[in-house]
Amino acid sequence: MTATAGVRVAESRERPEKWAGRTREYDLVKEFVAALVAVSLLTVLLAALFSSPDERQITISTWSRAAPNDFVLTAATEMDGTSGTATYGAPYTHTPDAAQKIGPVSLQHIAGVTHPIDTVHDFVVGPLTSVPADPTLAAALSQWSAATSTQQQAWAAGYDDALTKAPDNDPTKVAAGDYGPIPVMLNRMLTMAQSGGLDGALLAQKQFFAVDYTKPLLFIADGSYLEDRARADHLGGDQWGMMNETGNYPGQAWLWLYTFWYQVAPFSTSGNADALVWGLMALLTVGLVLVPFIPGIRSIPRWIPVHRLIWRDYYRAS
Amino acid sequence: MTAPAVQPSWTGRLRGRLVRALPPDQLLPDRQPVYVSSWIYVFGVLTLAAFLVVLVTGGLLAVEGPQWWHRSDAGHFVNSLHLWSVELFMAFMVIHLWGKFFMAAWRGHRAMTWITGSLCFVGSIGTAFTGYLIQSNFDAQWISTQAKDGLNAAGIGAFFNVTDFGQMLMWHVALLPFVVGVIIGVHILQVRKRGVVPPFELDPLDRVAPELRSQP
Repeated sequence: MTATAGVRVAESRERPEKWAGRTREYDLVKEFVAALVAVSLLTVLLAALFSSPDERQITISTWSRAAPNDFVLTAATEMDGTSGTATYGAPYTHTPDAAQKIGPVSLQHIAGVTHPIDTVHDFVVGPLTSVPADPTLAAALSQWSAATSTQQQAWAAGYDDALTKAPDNDPTKVAAGDYGPIPVMLNRMLTMAQSGGLDGALLAQKQFFAVDYTKPLLFIADGSYLEDRARADHLGGDQWGMMNETGNYPGQAWLWLYTFWYQVAPFSTSGNADALVWGLMALLTVGLVLVPFIPGIRSIPRWIPVHRLIWRDYYRAS
Repeated sequence: MTAPAVQPSWTGRLRGRLVRALPPDQLLPDRQPVYVSSWIYVFGVLTLAAFLVVLVTGGLLAVEGPQWWHRSDAGHFVNSLHLWSVELFMAFMVIHLWGKFFMAAWRGHRAMTWITGSLCFVGSIGTAFTGYLIQSNFDAQWISTQAKDGLNAAGIGAFFNVTDFGQMLMWHVALLPFVVGVIIGVHILQVRKRGVVPPFELDPLDRVAPELRSQP
């Protein structure tokens, strides 16, 4: 055993866990009660002065009435499989190579498709089949279901392309073409959405008591209306939106570091930004927890003597 | 003839162990080392006080359910109390954490105190995050549809679905507060067991060998 190691063992065994030096009166309970009263009063004061934000949620009904062209274009991308959800990959679809990676590893792919979504059926065809007493729609759905998948894709892709090129993506200004039953289906889809029927249809596809908003939220997020509203409220990803909140409220300021990485290269330009940022933050979090064991980091408090300020009463007295 | 040795009961053993680990005068001392004299010490107890206010205001919101605050002025005020108590809780905790960092408060076998404190910080971020997800307003819609990308990319979203309101509600009002509460409890017991870290000059290791100075 070396001399240094011997000293270490001896110190470890002899280290007093209880302070044996001079002490002073310190009323912990009184301090806690005072703190509780102070924090309670401060909370009431802040709540009374500043309240809290509560911007109304977007429903599919409000979206389809406020931006009908965006709604129909989004539905068209769900039909031809080019929407954000349709091409997302795990955990929603089996889209090849869509999952993000950290180097060669894709945790997203490994975790698998646990919330499968078929955008054609779940977002469009399924809800439309619940519409009663509409012979035109029934004929369109029959035509759709009787067609081959190749034909379906040709109709959907052709209509999506034509709608994208139409002035203001206006369905009434789409160039003439063979789109099969798509125009009728999306027209009825718009009617259903504007009446409020689609909100309920997307939520309650499997059960009466529904609390999983994954499908309606993903469908709304596939359009541009939600993002336009968010960017107007400075909530975009490149606006440090992760730590912001609607209105002039502090939001989640503690997410500043997480948000920071999205603003700088290589994360800001990478297709794997989410995986890379989450991987980095996981690493930094482990580092925070293990600070006492990391050489260099654990010595920073000795190099930057903030402790002289913290214990200035003690240093002044001694 | 001697009486047969009586086996102590499980209860007796547990009591003895607890009292040995944390005697009452150590659990609730009325004196502290003379160096415990700084405003920075207040932020630990402020964090604990704010945590209790968070629990109470969140509990009030839970009584009437997650939609109450949208349709009632009283509910909205309680929601505001909950929001601002969380903001204060996080602010106090961050100041407390930085203070403890610059005191190198893990010295003297206090590594577990630091570890539980930092885990509390991480757990609180998760708890606050799920709170934003269950607001059932525009904020919740935007945050959930954005946050899903990070969680999905990390493989977490496959099991922790931020767009599932029911799942997030249960995590926010039951699972995460329980976990954070337990961690805070362990953290406080660690502080009481190990005592408040002394200035560097009073640390025995600092007077031994330079290469040992950063030992936790």
